[in-house]
Amino acid sequence: MARREAPEINAGSMADIAFLLLIFFLVTTTMDVDSGLTRKLPPPIEEEQEDPPEVKQRNVFQVLVNANDDLLVEGEPMLVSNLREEAMKFIIGDPNDESMPEFKMTEVPVFGTIPVSKQIVSLQNDRGTSYEMYIKVQNELVGAYNDVRDDYAMEKFGKTLSQLEKEAENSEKAKQQAAAVKKVYPQRISEAEPKNIGDQ
Amino acid sequence: MSKFKKKKSGGQPAISTASLPDIVFMLLFFFMVTTVMREVTLKVKVLTPQATEINKLERKSLVSYIYIGEPIPALQSQFGTADRIQLNDAFATKNDIIQFVEAEREQTDPAEVPLMTFSMKVDLESEMGIVTDVKQELRKANALKINYSTRKTDAIID
Repeated sequence: MARREAPEINAGSMADIAFLLLIFFLVTTTMDVDSGLTRKLPPPIEEEQEDPPEVKQRNVFQVLVNANDDLLVEGEPMLVSNLREEAMKFIIGDPNDESMPEFKMTEVPVFGTIPVSKQIVSLQNDRGTSYEMYIKVQNELVGAYNDVRDDYAMEKFGKTLSQLEKEAENSEKAKQQAAAVKKVYPQRISEAEPKNIGDQ
Repeated sequence: MSKFKKKKSGGQPAISTASLPDIVFMLLFFFMVTTVMREVTLKVKVLTPQATEINKLERKSLVSYIYIGEPIPALQSQFGTADRIQLNDAFATKNDIIQFVEAEREQTDPAEVPLMTFSMKVDLESEMGIVTDVKQELRKANALKINYSTRKTDAIID
């Protein structure tokens, strides 16, 4: 019997097979980059703990959210859109205003010894508060700190804090500057245990 | 002397499609490498709220997820519409969280345990009560680095 040469396999359908696989992967995978508000929780409470140090009323920026998602800031009802501005005013402070937080001379790298505000932002919500509202308030408070720090960094170094942090990866100077700006306006957001008033 | 023969002028030759599979395979490999397989089947409805001050989560292998929301419609007849916690593929209660944290830590390189982040994917309609419970459990488990998963937006609306 004469041996015939094997005919070449038609590769035309190869593309179809590959397309099929491609579409399978497209459908089963997600490409979303996860992002969100990064926060740090306080360490667990130890059994025998001495009473926390007293904090003066004027140093605390009190933010309350009730079960109906209403906002009460320093005793005044407020809209979320105004919260950032008020918080920024408080964080920057005013040495001549008795109702604003106190200043304490603190040693800060790069700047030397300068007055640093003793501000604390206290956030308390109800168990019935919606998560959406909580995130809005958190976002505005974190945003207020970021804006204050950016303004300060802009004034001192001509760059925003995020620019400094980006440069910090390969510049020791930028790293120190970024750390100093954070130390002048330390982020102190304290979350109190939630109340349970509006819970049904 | 006809050294320069005129080429036979016929119809245009068909374009070879032999390299088409290679192109498609290239695309395929690109998607295989850049994407992550869906790890869990969501049993709760999660639509995260919007925020402006967000950070990107890096090192996905060091991130563990906690889902909170109301059960998806298909499961509502069985589980009701109250907010629930989902860990991995199953519903859980707040008492399971410490165990979940321990299990996640065991799967991680000991040197990288301090870098672990727990990302909370919470539905925007959930109430804070359950979220606070989860946060308290995470504190007890000493998992202090958390992230509230949010979508990006340009401005917060009242």
